[in-house]
Amino acid sequence: MKKVSVSFTLNGDPVTAEVPVTWSLLKTLREYFELTGAKEGCGVGECGACTVIVDGDAVNACLYPVFEAEGKSVMTIEGIAGEDGTLHPIQTAFLENNGVQCGYCTSGMIMSAKALLDQNQGPMEDEIRTSIAGNFCRCTGYVQIVEAIEMAAREME
Amino acid sequence: MSDHLFVGKSIPRTIEADKVTGKAVYIDDMKRPGMLYGKILYSKYAHATIKSIDTSKAKKLTGVRAILTGQDIPDVRVGFLRDQTVLKKDTVRQFRDEVAAVAAVTPEIAAEARDLIEVEYEELPAVFDPFEAMKEEAPLVHEVDARGRPVKNNILPLPWKFEAGDIEQGRKDSAYITTDNVSTTWVNQCCMGTSGCVAEFDNSNNLTLYNQTNVIFGHIGRITEYFSQIGLKGKKIRVVNAIVGGSFGTKLDTDIYEFISIQLALKTRKPVKILFDREEEFRALPPRQPAVFTIEQGCDKEGRLTFRKCEAILDNGAYTSWGATTPSVMIMPMSSLYRVPNVLYKATCVYTNNIYCQAMRGYGNPQATFAVETSMDTLAEKAGIDPAEFRMINRNRSGDETPMRLKITSCGFEECINSVKEKLNWDEKKGKQKGRGLGMASLIHVAGGARVTRSDGHGMMVKVDEYGHVDVIESGTDQGQGSPTVITQIVAESLGVRPEDVFLTFGDTALALWDAGTHASRHTFMAGNAAVRACAKAKHQILDMAVEHMPKIIKGGFKRKKRKDPDFVEPELDYGLIADPENLDIRDRMVFPKKDPDHPYFRIPVSQVLRQGLLGSGESKVVVAEAFYDPPTEMLDRELKGNLSKTYAFGTTGVEVEVDEQTGEVKILNLVAAHDVGKAMNPTLLLGQIYGAAYTGVGYGLTEEIKVVNGKVMNPGFRDYQMLTAMDVVPIEPVIVEPVDEDGPYGAKGVGEPGLVPTAPAIANAIYDAIGVRIRDLPITPEKVLAALKEKG
Repeated sequence: MKKVSVSFTLNGDPVTAEVPVTWSLLKTLREYFELTGAKEGCGVGECGACTVIVDGDAVNACLYPVFEAEGKSVMTIEGIAGEDGTLHPIQTAFLENNGVQCGYCTSGMIMSAKALLDQNQGPMEDEIRTSIAGNFCRCTGYVQIVEAIEMAAREME
Repeated sequence: MSDHLFVGKSIPRTIEADKVTGKAVYIDDMKRPGMLYGKILYSKYAHATIKSIDTSKAKKLTGVRAILTGQDIPDVRVGFLRDQTVLKKDTVRQFRDEVAAVAAVTPEIAAEARDLIEVEYEELPAVFDPFEAMKEEAPLVHEVDARGRPVKNNILPLPWKFEAGDIEQGRKDSAYITTDNVSTTWVNQCCMGTSGCVAEFDNSNNLTLYNQTNVIFGHIGRITEYFSQIGLKGKKIRVVNAIVGGSFGTKLDTDIYEFISIQLALKTRKPVKILFDREEEFRALPPRQPAVFTIEQGCDKEGRLTFRKCEAILDNGAYTSWGATTPSVMIMPMSSLYRVPNVLYKATCVYTNNIYCQAMRGYGNPQATFAVETSMDTLAEKAGIDPAEFRMINRNRSGDETPMRLKITSCGFEECINSVKEKLNWDEKKGKQKGRGLGMASLIHVAGGARVTRSDGHGMMVKVDEYGHVDVIESGTDQGQGSPTVITQIVAESLGVRPEDVFLTFGDTALALWDAGTHASRHTFMAGNAAVRACAKAKHQILDMAVEHMPKIIKGGFKRKKRKDPDFVEPELDYGLIADPENLDIRDRMVFPKKDPDHPYFRIPVSQVLRQGLLGSGESKVVVAEAFYDPPTEMLDRELKGNLSKTYAFGTTGVEVEVDEQTGEVKILNLVAAHDVGKAMNPTLLLGQIYGAAYTGVGYGLTEEIKVVNGKVMNPGFRDYQMLTAMDVVPIEPVIVEPVDEDGPYGAKGVGEPGLVPTAPAIANAIYDAIGVRIRDLPITPEKVLAALKEKG
């Protein structure tokens, strides 16, 4: 299969991937870079488990053609903690407030929340809910996820 | 007030940090050296004869390593009633029938090869309605039973019939009687992580199955039986769980895809992974069992229930998994939700050419409770009694033995009903608002195990090292419910260490002691009780070491002090204080005499004792303890009676709704979920269980439905299957009722499933209060509301 060479910034580092031209960003992250935090919950952009941040925006990596990432900055769940392992305030808040249960949606959920909080430091509840409207969760009923994001927003102020 | 350091506290889920950093390894993320990927070809018809299968084109594809059809593997029957084979050879009976399977070096090649397989079918007459399927002239879904004997009809040989008391006498004692026809439909468990496993054989054909089951030993039992019929008798099977991306009942049975991955691995001698895509998850995963009920109840003039009679018809689909056993759980609410002296319950499971069903959170209880609680409301109305008062009159009480012989011990039912009334302002608002209404429904559920297999035990092993680190070998499964944290709290509390000293290993049959499974809301109760017992033994071993070594450690300290300071005078101490393990305790990493916990010399770190005891000269020992907790409960007898759980959970959900009579839309203004939990082990995690279950219950009540037309799933994706999202705001107000349970670990009872059970009927009852129409068929869609309003006129 025809391959494509794509260079972009991944979690702060410059990288180049040589992958089949049909590959999505999600497949490239998971298979080429072995960053398996983003998950394929549906593969058709409906569940948000694959959410990563590209140039500041939360995107469904399963629908994002990898060649579209050329020259851009991609941030995944693996890249948001400090270099010494200190968790990002959103990660801490999800643990503290039980925003995690089975955890399958969590990577995507946190990345959607991060995209929001990076742009909006004091979001209202409906803004938080809108930011994760495309991130499905079966375990939590979203209540403690929303609370966790509120907690993180206060922490990040 | 208890003086617990960790139990009862909202300890964060720090132990699960891998889930917020992307490091947690789910089955999706698991790779084994040389691993191949399997794909399954499903049937194109609901009922057909397979005339031929041509795999020649698929075989030519580069990267294909194996293609299997029913002709290639032993024709062995599997499943609860042994009514299907792994790959179907002659006949398909539903759209999800597995016809062929491929293993290839990538999932894409496997899928391409699958699509190249050509199957010629000859369509057969099919039946999709259980009532039609019961008729004499209906096409037979199965021509023969598991033993090859011809069958006469489509009714399963599972005569679920429960009888207690005398229905006719109950009728005579009744002042009021109502009858309701109630029905529920298929819903998907919607685990965010899809189904999947990796099967791998060693050179001697021993199997390791990387999996995500919540019944690790159940898998071994079923696969062992399968092995005995395919020439692998006596081979060792090890089940190792990945992190589980949601379960909700889906990981209870051994599914056909698991047997297929085993066959592909056997054929290719390579590890083979099968991972469902989302469409498969909707089409090929057994969903919640639907049921149709006719329920009749009576009460006397004072509102006391006199009898309950219910007949249920269950569309079993083409094969049998746990769906067909949901009537055994339905018996619990049918016989024991509220005091009712005379009960008759019959359930008939019928084969059709629809999808077949399995467990989902609540396991039959949500369906049956929808019937019972609908009937409670109609009967209360007929008797002219407020529905809350009616429920209060008939509530279960501590000390009751129900017609099913359930022994009710701790019971916070009364407080649950009262809390809901108070929070919803029931007496002020009920029946007095136009377009808005209040409704409630309650539940009973097993909360102290569920003896559905002969042993309902849970084994746990605890090992303490010389640093005071504790390894806990957990035989259960963490499906997201928070067990790693709760069990850590119990171990830290019971052993006298801190949560950060506790390390859990879940779900590996090679390490774990036997467990009946993490189902039936049993894990905190069962594993907690096992942990308390294992830790008591380990603690005793440590205290024995303390008696042996503490004097040496303390005197050694004095010697060192004296070397540094010649003027130091060794104090005269009463070593009798630490001469008996019974007089010592461990708490927060310190050993001390119970009589004098702050003793200036006899309070020392437990790690010092452990280093001496484990690594010191002389007779060093290990600290390792196991416990197997199997409560004194009963399996159901021939009459389907027996006290199958050590304790029971009660709860009441109340909702206030607003119904738009123009659009039929139902909005939930407030949902109060009052739950008798025994003891809140970790309040924040407990709330997570209640919120999540209530949300799924709202979906069950209002939106969720697998649309099955002539056996085919028409909405196999999230876009068309209406699971609630973050935009569907449901204000939930949990109320925690804590009638500490004397049999529970630190007083706790199970809570995983209860929150879902009464939600849908509470909504239905509130809709009736709001607009005067009663919807008896789930989900309560706007179309059904409008149709009912139109009919009412």
